[in-house]
Amino acid sequence: MVIYGLALMGGCMVVGTGLGYLIGHLVGIDANIGGVGIAMLLLVVLARHLMDRDQLSKLAQSGIQFWSAMYIPIVVAMCARQNVVAAFGAGALAFIAGLGAVFIGFLLIRPISALSPKSEPLPPLNEDPAVAVAKEGK
Amino acid sequence: MDILIHAVTKYPLVTAFVVVGIIMYVATLIGKIFAGRIHPSAIAIVIGLILAYIGGTHTGGKHGLADVSLFSGIGLMGGSVFRDFAIVATAFGVKLEELKKAGLPGVVALLVSIVLSTVIGAATAYAFGYTSAVDMATIGGGAVTFIVGPVTGNALGASSDVIALSVAAGVVKSISVMILTPFLAKTAGLDNPSAAAVYGGLMGSTSGVAAGLAATDARLVPYGALTATFYTGLGCLLVPSVGYMALVALVG
Repeated sequence: MVIYGLALMGGCMVVGTGLGYLIGHLVGIDANIGGVGIAMLLLVVLARHLMDRDQLSKLAQSGIQFWSAMYIPIVVAMCARQNVVAAFGAGALAFIAGLGAVFIGFLLIRPISALSPKSEPLPPLNEDPAVAVAKEGK
Repeated sequence: MDILIHAVTKYPLVTAFVVVGIIMYVATLIGKIFAGRIHPSAIAIVIGLILAYIGGTHTGGKHGLADVSLFSGIGLMGGSVFRDFAIVATAFGVKLEELKKAGLPGVVALLVSIVLSTVIGAATAYAFGYTSAVDMATIGGGAVTFIVGPVTGNALGASSDVIALSVAAGVVKSISVMILTPFLAKTAGLDNPSAAAVYGGLMGSTSGVAAGLAATDARLVPYGALTATFYTGLGCLLVPSVGYMALVALVG
């Protein structure tokens, strides 16, 4: 049943939230620390465990996949309810923080890749990738 | 007219589904103009933020479009319950052993990038006068991804405008990843699966990585998306906990 998937996910979230608040309590703040992340780790491990034993039906999985697919639309709705007006005055902050993180990332691709055995570059494409992607989109 | 308003306001959440569906459709149409170079989901997010701006100036409220009574369902759909539930759902299908295959560099990239992004975001926030640990962690989280920012902000009780700033930083990051990747790929050595896994771990934004790699070489998408899938989850775990505690130790 679809509800089994949602119940599994919901259970992970309830436990994760509980642990998140427990960790918050232990470090002395009234906050949910990493509850969502803990719930995700629980779901990865539990779903794996159940699927290995064929205990998670296709329908139950589709219940979880539906919410996974709703992720971007929900994020869009979340953006539409943010206090953008108040943030607008500090536009430079968002720009510097966001772009700074991206540039550091690009600089680090080579050094961190060097940690693994060298993997071969893919053979060159026959056509311009932008053209190929545009064709795929149609 | 009254009947029309009734139809739209009777089931606010259902109206929100329709509104977001239209936003996604428009975003896809706009995305075609850019020939796949900007991911439709990023365009949809920008449209959402623009609508929030319009709603905010129109009502003077704090919740963007959700303060307009016609669109109150947006507040429910974009609220913390649905958001966190959907985030947890994205963890489904992520296999621990596949990350192992992506290897040590993928994990290193994930951790290094979450730390550095948080530091850059928090430092920038400090420079702009947001000197409390809660605000710095939230904007630092935003520099990780536009999900980690609000998750951090909600967990720590940051104000809505700081959360919006963190989302804006995340959106700037996501969109610049999409636009810059095809231009910087060669220079950055992004031409093999292992580098793509590292790239996914460094950039983290799932839509940014998916679009950036599609515009560079579509065959690299699965490798980058694999590590990127872990990024937001790890960020949600680390930034409000370890990151926040480190900032508290630093600024009190």
